[in-house]
Amino acid sequence: MSGNTSPASAEKPARPPFLQRAVAVVLSGNTVTVTFLAFLSALIVGALIIIPATPAAVRAWQSFWEAPGEAFLQSWWAVANAYGSLFLGSVGSPRVILEALGSGRTSDIVNAFLPLSETLVSTTPLIMSGLGIALAFRAGLFDIGGQGQMILGAVGATIAGFSFPSLPAAIHLPFAILAGAAFGAAWGFVPGVLKARTGAHEVITSMMLNYVGLNLLTWLLTTEFVQAPPRDQAISRTVVAAARLPHIAGPSLRMNAGIIVAVLLVLGVGWLLQRSTLGFRFRMIGANRDAARVAGVQIERHFTLAMTLAGMLVGLAGAFMVLGVDYRMSSLYGGTIGFDGITVAILGRGTPLGVGLSALLFGAFTAGGRTMQVNTSIPLYLVQVLQAVLVLFVAAPGVIRTIYRIRLARVGGRVFGGWAG
Amino acid sequence: MRLELQGISKRFGDLVANDRISLTAEEGEIHALLGENGAGKTTLMNVLDGLYRPDEGTIQIGGSPVHFANPGEAIHAGIGMVHQNFMLIPVFTVAENVMLGFERTSRLGFLDRRRARDEIRELSRQFGFEVDPDAVVGELSVGQQQRVEIVKALAREARLLILDEPTAVLTPQETDELFTVMRRLRASGRTILFITHKLKEVLAIADRITVIRQGRVIGTVQPAQTSESELASMMVGRGVELEVKKGPARPGEAVLEVGNLTVLNDSGRIAIDGASLEVRAGEIVAVAGVQGNGQTELSEAITGLALVIGGSVRIAGRDLTGAPPKSVLRAGVANIPEDRQRDGLVGDFTIAENLVLDVHDEPPYSHWGALHWQAIFGVARERLRDFDIRAHSVQDRVRTLSGGNQQKVIVARELPRRIRLIIASQPTRGLDVGSIEYVHSRLVEARDAGAAVLLISSELDEVMSLADRIVVMYRGRLAGPFETASLTREQIGLLMAGSTAAAERTGETP
Repeated sequence: MSGNTSPASAEKPARPPFLQRAVAVVLSGNTVTVTFLAFLSALIVGALIIIPATPAAVRAWQSFWEAPGEAFLQSWWAVANAYGSLFLGSVGSPRVILEALGSGRTSDIVNAFLPLSETLVSTTPLIMSGLGIALAFRAGLFDIGGQGQMILGAVGATIAGFSFPSLPAAIHLPFAILAGAAFGAAWGFVPGVLKARTGAHEVITSMMLNYVGLNLLTWLLTTEFVQAPPRDQAISRTVVAAARLPHIAGPSLRMNAGIIVAVLLVLGVGWLLQRSTLGFRFRMIGANRDAARVAGVQIERHFTLAMTLAGMLVGLAGAFMVLGVDYRMSSLYGGTIGFDGITVAILGRGTPLGVGLSALLFGAFTAGGRTMQVNTSIPLYLVQVLQAVLVLFVAAPGVIRTIYRIRLARVGGRVFGGWAG
Repeated sequence: MRLELQGISKRFGDLVANDRISLTAEEGEIHALLGENGAGKTTLMNVLDGLYRPDEGTIQIGGSPVHFANPGEAIHAGIGMVHQNFMLIPVFTVAENVMLGFERTSRLGFLDRRRARDEIRELSRQFGFEVDPDAVVGELSVGQQQRVEIVKALAREARLLILDEPTAVLTPQETDELFTVMRRLRASGRTILFITHKLKEVLAIADRITVIRQGRVIGTVQPAQTSESELASMMVGRGVELEVKKGPARPGEAVLEVGNLTVLNDSGRIAIDGASLEVRAGEIVAVAGVQGNGQTELSEAITGLALVIGGSVRIAGRDLTGAPPKSVLRAGVANIPEDRQRDGLVGDFTIAENLVLDVHDEPPYSHWGALHWQAIFGVARERLRDFDIRAHSVQDRVRTLSGGNQQKVIVARELPRRIRLIIASQPTRGLDVGSIEYVHSRLVEARDAGAAVLLISSELDEVMSLADRIVVMYRGRLAGPFETASLTREQIGLLMAGSTAAAERTGETP
């Protein structure tokens, strides 16, 4: 507003397109406070869902006029019970853990650590898909194709995992992982190269590829090559033992080497973004495409590269689920891990560490949600609502600021960008 | 209509944009508001316009206090604002634009265009606008569009006109015409608040001048009792060297050779139409012209950013026509882009990161694809000191710096390399006087060290004081080159408006 644009040069857009701005807000906007308050708000919203979903609480409210205290008490119990189960299912009971360690009995220890193991099992693919989406974010790209990339990664790992029954584990496992990575990368490369060559928007192309991937899986599960004999169910052949990830906490806990790889990937992507020239260029493009072009960066090539790397990371999520937990695919394999990568990346603000932490939180939600569903009448969907509300508050920081009346000077400066002059 | 502001303050968080500003503009007065970018002029105008509400202070119009909740109320009170960026709809006619928001309809509900046309003709006759009510706004020149804005304000019965940097987009002749219109408006009893940072203009037209600096009124003076240098030091807060000190150029061999260049702009129209140009080592060649005549595309074509469809660009003897930006940069070209925030800097990056935007992949800043942050920070600290960039540390985000310091970051990135050619596009636009001085002296220094400098500027003063030779750009064509000393301001003005007659009267250098 201070006179840098003239009517004559106003042909170029003064503001970056909406998606780019949205990404910028998510990546830059927020503080720890906002995240914490968003979390708190999500829990409050969750409580408002828990109460009507608990029969005892509903009955108490129906007889509110006879015993108003009872209504509040029952509501409190419902909420405490649900969140308590969530915690027990994801972290476990500190008392039980201490007692088990004290007793030294293996079976007790295994049971005590079961919730943590389950949390980490759920966390592993979330970290990988979250890292992929976050990497694309940082380069200014919206990868909506996580679902397809995840499925393709699983397909690649499964096929490589059952196809070579005689390979030794030292070769077979890395090969299966690489196959998953390559399949996922291919599913990211396509929208990347389409954007670079034709300008086709990656949101649309990557989203369409989700359907292609999903139906490709459905079809593969009917082919003789992939479908497990006797071919009466939509289930793939099983990955041989040599291609399976080793368990790292004993055979009865599902926790496997995937979580170690996931942590290494967090460090690797962190290095890439902060310490490498390639990551520097990704960030440059993500923060200001025009300046990157003027500085001599070949934007198009980097679009392709960023989407390919993103697809590879998300593909690894599918690969590690197959090789570490399920050993075979069914139709609709992987659930929503590909989409959850988007929410993890947003909650983690596109930083690798943030992605790791939000994946851990969502992993805990998933593991705890199952226990909650068993112990209470609250369905697992509550967990998804909690995740959605949490991300909603984080992605729309203005909502949290309005609710809690936080004023951030930086944001003020942006809103009133035209004070100067 | 008399306007009186008393103790107007406006804060944004910790930032005091207006600090107890008081000023009075009498009826039938042209009152200039002079200040640098960031001094608080635009904030004050937005307070007057009803966009912002002041935190303190009162506004009185014609003796009675007013409070505006929105721009509509300001318009009703007789305030007409002519913004720097015109608020016109290009596909509408002049009459339709003037009616917009105040549409009058006939009894059957049809728009009453005839009345709008008559009104525009009447205003044109009265004040000498020469505006055709049926012309489509998008096809008018910038100067004519500005007049439409003024007509629009007058049609809404504005008694107080606020002109925000109205001359920034005009040729010298158009500026003179605007001044004529302003004098007639004054004679009709209207009050004009003229916002600008151009010293010559306020001395030429204003009845009184109020200077503001850092949100405060420094003083109100009359043109007859002041001078350019006094106004400049009031604006800046210290003595200022207005003239650029430079010796005669000692040009060497040609570094930049542009031959018969034809370039398309983003929308696929011809932006440069067979332009030829030569810049030699050790000289500054300026491309003068009103904004939007192809200057942007010229710098983009040389740096490999625009689509060249004909002609050639040679730099230091190498053919770099249509070469990618990286090759051009590697050939020893320093680029100071026109829009520094869009093209020159990454606002969310730190100063250190911005200082290596285009060299991050070269030693000592990186080896084998890994950045060496120690080297990057080390060099950044040196540059911060050498180029007098005012910041807490090299880790400050560039977005938080003032315009002048942002430009210094670009200069500090581009000039210390081994460079043969500098392309400086509008290098001082929006900068404070101190930073302008600084950028100018650095460009002259680089020239004296043997670099070829191509200066693209729409500020005539800058062109006249810096350039050794001048070419003038109009609708994608170049006139010249001319030796700077052989041209008068008036001749350049005529060339900027597309008159070729002016060229014949001056000696074109081969």
